[in-house]
Amino acid sequence: MRDLWSAVPRRGRVILVVWIALLIGAPAVLDRYLISIFILIFYFAYVGQAWNLMMGFAGQLSLGHALYAGLGGYVAAMLWFYFGIGPWLGVFAGIAVAVAFGAAIGWLGFRFGIEGVYFALLTIAFAEFTRIAFDNMAFTGGAGGLFLLYDAQRSHEWWNLRGGPLLFYYLGLALAVGAAILTAWLSRSRIGYQWLAVREDQQAALALGIDAFRVKMIAVLISSGMTAIGGVLLAFYYNNLFPAQAFDIGRSIEIILAPVIGGLGTIFGPIVGAFILTPLGEGLIALTAILGINAPGAKAVFYGLTLMAIISLRPDGVWPWLRKMLRLEETDS
Amino acid sequence: MTALLAIEGVTKRFRGVLAVDDVTLAVPEGSIFAVIGPNGAGKTTLFNTIAGVFAPDGGTISFAGNRIDKLPSNQICVRGIARTFQVVRPFPALSVEENVLVGALLRRRDIRAARERVHALLERLDLFDKRRQRAANLTLPDRKRLEVARALATEPRLLLLDEVMAGLRPTETDRMVATLRQINRDSGLTIVLIEHVMRAVMALASRVLVLDHGTAIAEGAPEAIVRDPAVVQSYLGAETL
Amino acid sequence: MNLAIVANVVIQGVLTGLVYGLMALGLSVIFGVVRVVNFAHGEFAVVAMYAAYLLFVTLGLDPIVALLPIAAAFFLIGYVLQTVLINRFVGRAEHEQFILLVGLAIVIVNGLLMIFGPDARPTNLSYSFDSYAIGPLFVDKARVYAAVGALVVAAALFGFFRYTATGTAIRACADNLTGAAVVGLDIRRLYALTFGLGLACVGAAGALMVPIADASPLLSQAFTLLAFTIVIIGGLGSMAGALVGGVAIGVSEALASFFTAPSMKSMFSFALLVAVLVLRPHGLMGRRT
Repeated sequence: MRDLWSAVPRRGRVILVVWIALLIGAPAVLDRYLISIFILIFYFAYVGQAWNLMMGFAGQLSLGHALYAGLGGYVAAMLWFYFGIGPWLGVFAGIAVAVAFGAAIGWLGFRFGIEGVYFALLTIAFAEFTRIAFDNMAFTGGAGGLFLLYDAQRSHEWWNLRGGPLLFYYLGLALAVGAAILTAWLSRSRIGYQWLAVREDQQAALALGIDAFRVKMIAVLISSGMTAIGGVLLAFYYNNLFPAQAFDIGRSIEIILAPVIGGLGTIFGPIVGAFILTPLGEGLIALTAILGINAPGAKAVFYGLTLMAIISLRPDGVWPWLRKMLRLEETDS
Repeated sequence: MTALLAIEGVTKRFRGVLAVDDVTLAVPEGSIFAVIGPNGAGKTTLFNTIAGVFAPDGGTISFAGNRIDKLPSNQICVRGIARTFQVVRPFPALSVEENVLVGALLRRRDIRAARERVHALLERLDLFDKRRQRAANLTLPDRKRLEVARALATEPRLLLLDEVMAGLRPTETDRMVATLRQINRDSGLTIVLIEHVMRAVMALASRVLVLDHGTAIAEGAPEAIVRDPAVVQSYLGAETL
Repeated sequence: MNLAIVANVVIQGVLTGLVYGLMALGLSVIFGVVRVVNFAHGEFAVVAMYAAYLLFVTLGLDPIVALLPIAAAFFLIGYVLQTVLINRFVGRAEHEQFILLVGLAIVIVNGLLMIFGPDARPTNLSYSFDSYAIGPLFVDKARVYAAVGALVVAAALFGFFRYTATGTAIRACADNLTGAAVVGLDIRRLYALTFGLGLACVGAAGALMVPIADASPLLSQAFTLLAFTIVIIGGLGSMAGALVGGVAIGVSEALASFFTAPSMKSMFSFALLVAVLVLRPHGLMGRRT
């Protein structure tokens, strides 16, 4: 850990400490609405980081990541709903199921040499298949959705993730920070370098003794497991789940927005991306409301244009550019 | 001395094209062995077969007494055979140091220990000053040296070099020759090299195999090979050397 | 279980599948030549549907006829889009292409949402509810016309690629880009042409879809996935494969819809996609690379 900290340039350390201190103290001055925005930011920073591990480091394009979030959420929610098993236990089941699916996708993809856009389509196929399956299964609530009833008398049970937004705010913050630390640690570890090698040139990596299959698989397993945890958070925050939302490709795309715009393969990319996108999106909704434009698709149009702009002008993402502006060059990614 | 690498009757076909036809050779440990021949003779295919990129259609390949012909390429490296590519393949987004580090991490799990080995190798191959440069920004001779350094980082017993001198000027060639000879002498590393640059072949190899159209047409000491009429006919031409 | 009913279902599937196939053909051409992952494919199809719908509602133009101006317009759009925007992304990392086109797709589909709203717009043609009676079978006239239209357009495209110099040049680009460049072919112009042709197919397919389905922005995602599924199942690089794949998916969807539930029809398509990816990645008729 000390290693990681010393790798951050001094200016960066100051910024980090200040930023985290601000985030910890912020709820004292923020209203409920803003806190909910932050929860979303933390969520997207977190799952974006999880996706970033698989794509930015191991180079595997997953466009069906909502599958893992959905599975995590549903499994934990169903355990709570049917058996009263708390989410701190349920999350493990959620992780297990998500990881199993990830393993299946990884095995199919890597064993049979499915790469690039074909692999991406494979991930989409799995997510869509699951969405339709959940739509049609009664015990998951079907298309009508699964609702975790809000019980005012139990609203203080933080161990069951029953609580106000503050609970989810700090959980989200902890997850986002934890994910960043994990990514930083992994990127400097043996497997981190092996991931990069496989991403850059798999044949050359094989020639250096790297077991590409195993290495890629590990990336998928970690990524899917991490994402599942995010799904549990959301499920217990919103208290409802719908297959059309949980597994939708739109969700998968939302997950990749932050890391792509922030900066693939970097540690702070997903965080920067989330901090840019979510407030801008909400800001746009507010703007259209003020202007009196009732346009249900306006926010999405904006996201689409932003995506196109960033990938055309700054394909490496905002963070590398920002980093240079702030003169915070790191030695590695 | 028993052969470190023993290739018996290896054949490799690509949809009707017989790229490697019943090739047999034995490479003694600690020696430097060269494979030469005209373009399309099957040299790189032979290498790829040894390195596990594809399995031979016939014949056997043994390394240190164990059969390796059915192993995948990463396993081959684990067993102790490292290779370079004819067209160099550095990891472009990584620095020189990181490139070699990837190789070193095969045998050394601890990053710090691996890094030490990396620095030693970079010094040896004269890349230490450029260690933080991105591999994509290197000149060709530097990339060649990087490729060799990276392969050496995996601590192989046998190194396969595929036209490592190609594109190097004579002074750079001499430098590479000197480095390879020194490594071979110091650590006993066995080297098999595909080469067109006869200057390097003559300077390094103790034994030469000549391939043409997939078959071995001559094998022997370099001085004998360059005078062999079949070799002169098919590859060298009458006015060489 | 009445065999005639099943036969009807299969025929529906074949006819619809031919239109799907035309849409996929556009993708196959783009993906196979320009090697760009056009994730906005379905969105363009839906735009074409709306265009045909509007032409019908304002000018009374039958969609099958409207396919001509729509295809021409889409050709131009494709040409310009490729030249101005997409060309810079050729050869770039796949995820970058993908992001660009997903962005475009999001803009298009939400733009449609903003203009037309989410409700499906049906197009009531004179023959919308007519069918041909062939023995015990009842075949929708609308589907027959659409399918025939699809076949005609596909044949025209096939003819272009086979028998014209430009078509051959484009095929050369797909086969061996360096070789094509060395021989002096103007790659950028050919790419633009190809993209234009691909989008023209999509435009035509969208117009032909209108007698069969109601225009709605929510269809776009499904269409994109459908197009990719068909291209992979039929085999990249094979034009006939796109049509064959389309028919395969059309039939599988129709049968799945009939025997299980309409909402589940895609499940089987996706299962088929996974099976093909794993077992026979070059598809039914694709070239083995």
